[in-house]
Amino acid sequence: MLRFILTRVSLVIPTFLGVTFLTFLLIRLVPGDPIEVRVGERGIPPERLEQLRRELGLDLPLWQQFLDYIGGVLTGDLGLSLVTRNPVISEFFTLFPATIELAVAAMLFATLVGLPAGIIAAVKRGSIFDHGVMGISLTGYSMPIFWWGLLLILFFSVGLGWTPVSGRLDLLHYVEPVTGFMLIDTLLAGEYEAFWSALHHLVLPMIVLGTVPLAVVARMTRSAMLEVLGEDYIRTAKAKGLASKRVIGLHALRNALIPVVTVIGLQVGTLLGGAILTETIFSWPGVGKWLIESINRRDYPALQGGVLLIATTVMAVNLLVDVLYGVLNPRIRHSR
Amino acid sequence: MKRILLGAGLGVAAALAFAAPAQAAKTLVYCSEGSPENFNPMVNTTGTSFDVGLPVYNNLVQFERGGTKVIPGLAESWTVSDDGLVYTFKLRKGVKWHSNNDFKPTREFNADDILWSFNRQWKKDHPFHKVSGGAYDYFNDMAMPDLLKSIEKVDDLTVKFTLNKVEAPFIANLAMPFAIIQSAEYADFLQKKNQIDRIDQAPIGTGPFQFVAYQKDAVIRYKAFEQYWGGRQPLDNLVFAITPDAAVRYAKLKAGECHVVPYPNPADLEAMKKDPNITMMEQEGLNVGYLAFNVGKKPFDDVRVRRALNMAIDKKAIVDAVYQGSGVPAKNPIPPTMWSYNNNIEDYPFDQERAKKLLAEAGYPNGFETDLWAMPVQRPYNPNAKRMAEMMQADLAKVGIKAKVVQYEWGEYRKRLQAGEHQMGMLGWTGDNGDPDNFLHVLLGCEAARVGGSNIAKWCNKEYDDLVLQAKRTTDIAARTKLYEQAQVIFKEEAPWFTIGHSIQHMALSKNVVDYKMDPFGVHRFHGVDLKQ
Repeated sequence: MLRFILTRVSLVIPTFLGVTFLTFLLIRLVPGDPIEVRVGERGIPPERLEQLRRELGLDLPLWQQFLDYIGGVLTGDLGLSLVTRNPVISEFFTLFPATIELAVAAMLFATLVGLPAGIIAAVKRGSIFDHGVMGISLTGYSMPIFWWGLLLILFFSVGLGWTPVSGRLDLLHYVEPVTGFMLIDTLLAGEYEAFWSALHHLVLPMIVLGTVPLAVVARMTRSAMLEVLGEDYIRTAKAKGLASKRVIGLHALRNALIPVVTVIGLQVGTLLGGAILTETIFSWPGVGKWLIESINRRDYPALQGGVLLIATTVMAVNLLVDVLYGVLNPRIRHSR
Repeated sequence: MKRILLGAGLGVAAALAFAAPAQAAKTLVYCSEGSPENFNPMVNTTGTSFDVGLPVYNNLVQFERGGTKVIPGLAESWTVSDDGLVYTFKLRKGVKWHSNNDFKPTREFNADDILWSFNRQWKKDHPFHKVSGGAYDYFNDMAMPDLLKSIEKVDDLTVKFTLNKVEAPFIANLAMPFAIIQSAEYADFLQKKNQIDRIDQAPIGTGPFQFVAYQKDAVIRYKAFEQYWGGRQPLDNLVFAITPDAAVRYAKLKAGECHVVPYPNPADLEAMKKDPNITMMEQEGLNVGYLAFNVGKKPFDDVRVRRALNMAIDKKAIVDAVYQGSGVPAKNPIPPTMWSYNNNIEDYPFDQERAKKLLAEAGYPNGFETDLWAMPVQRPYNPNAKRMAEMMQADLAKVGIKAKVVQYEWGEYRKRLQAGEHQMGMLGWTGDNGDPDNFLHVLLGCEAARVGGSNIAKWCNKEYDDLVLQAKRTTDIAARTKLYEQAQVIFKEEAPWFTIGHSIQHMALSKNVVDYKMDPFGVHRFHGVDLKQ
């Protein structure tokens, strides 16, 4: 098992380097210079442009900038944002908890709804329920996030007034951030009203962000279950006279979960991508919105650092899934 | 069960206790469009960042609420020497500084703060010069380093500015956001604590609202400053709820989650106007969008060609189609809200027959080929340059002119236009200080016609230039108005531009907002605003 983990970890290193190099290069391929982008119609005198470029280190040859950057990354220094002049790392980690909170909530929503829906659809294959679940999940999967978010806002927030339109907490409340996770911070501060408000604010973005993973989880669970339910050992279990709940819940589900866990792990990437849009719609103060702004402002260090940290997160989660996969499925760890 | 009920009861009681004073306190929520870089307008260039600094700070002089007239601010009065070079400001007495958890001011505002604030931007060796990036774009753009000879403290409440040359718009420059006054005492305090960066993150000012807290991408909080020299504000709290998407801002306004909403979607304007709970405000922006003819290149060196093109393009159709109700056709290079706007000037009519005749006279009976540059990005004065270029292209084809649309990435685009690489190019301008000089000299003067200058028509007319230069050296507004009115006549006759339009800004407010005034510079100011409960 240890060897398996070590092999997987060693594979992460080239990916990490690749991501660093690609983000560094790609953002620089986008036309527009961080300083030129900032100045308006008036423009900037060439000598002043030179001076600012020198101060920001943008006048150095690209390879040198890259080496400096890699050097910084290896010592945990991701540089200063060109716009705010704050350390990228501190900006990122101020905002990241909000994204994590949203992503975890969305994943929980997707799993808690998707798994049972997929199981029931498989067990009652061909029923109205099955067709309904599959139809809805296909719709959910194809729904543009932006449109879906606005639709929910118009219906639940503006129309019915059940949920707030956007934000993370009602403006009446003010909770000093400790962990950055609003649900935890409000509880730590003992402000139950604020906790309730934070929960309210979380509902719509969670649904919007969780919709695509929900569809994927439901469909994947259904097909995996169907496959497993046709296996001989299920027939044997049934023949032994086990209750069908036990057959499905224990024998079938455990085996069906293997591909589902992989899919859930892969959804982390989708989630962080979707978070960018969801955060913009719901004015959710996470890293997604911050990254979009960094692109517009050609804030190279912020964008590089942000993408790198997110990629690292995705890699870590995928690694965890691989390991979990090994735990769930002994064949994997024994074959290596 | 009892315990749960008790807990719930306490929760409700707490909520009521909290809600009661909250209801009495007047909190205005402004759904702003983005996060600021920091809270110091000295180092910023965006309206979003200006907006968050304005509640906190004051300038020596300030723009009248909702206007471009300059009125006293931290300076009670000022005098200008006869040669126009020395400005002496009498400072207001008894102006108090804000405080926060760390810093408690021990003295009132005085001349040291003025010197400190200008020196921070001006002197490279100032200990705070490098803080927050240290790019004082506006200070430099308004040519302050060339203009300022010295700033001296005469006594605690008198400051003397000496200039290198006469510059009538100087006073208006001092009312611009970049010229805010920070506390020298706060700076010393932060320097001792080794936290100089805090000065632009946790601002201390003399303004109507005190900064309370900021959560990036979420919310900015201010409260009324009890000892504000201009009187305590009717609002108790001012909150910026950062909401980047226009459709969501509209939804929040409808749901009662914000009171003031900037930059509505043009598509939502109709519905907003019909909503009985929403007040719509609109104002012509202090801007102009134009198409400049490069007079340094054939065939635009011929005034007949320039006039012909002014008649060949259907301006009204373009403004209607592209601005979609958020723009008015322009006939002068300055917007109608600006003083000295010459309303007697008649625009060229849309008359393609006459245009053809003029072209024939100029030696182009069959038209010619030209390029037509269009901005790749949306600008405040032009929502869609590409679409505009296509419409112009179609109109020009009818008089035999084949125009090819050219686009570059924005920074590159502007640079090449300023270098004069184009034949015809679209651009525009948003006013900085409300002074006509800021349009008529900056965009059309001979000095700016050099390669790399912002006169992209590269048009240099001696008669015109003399008028605007004379106006720059005259401090009397009535005399300046006459000069500028004359300059506009020459501009129209010589036609270095096809003036396109002035955009209109819209704001949506909930009905209970009282006395909000739109700012001609496009920033958002909240002093003097009230809420009906």
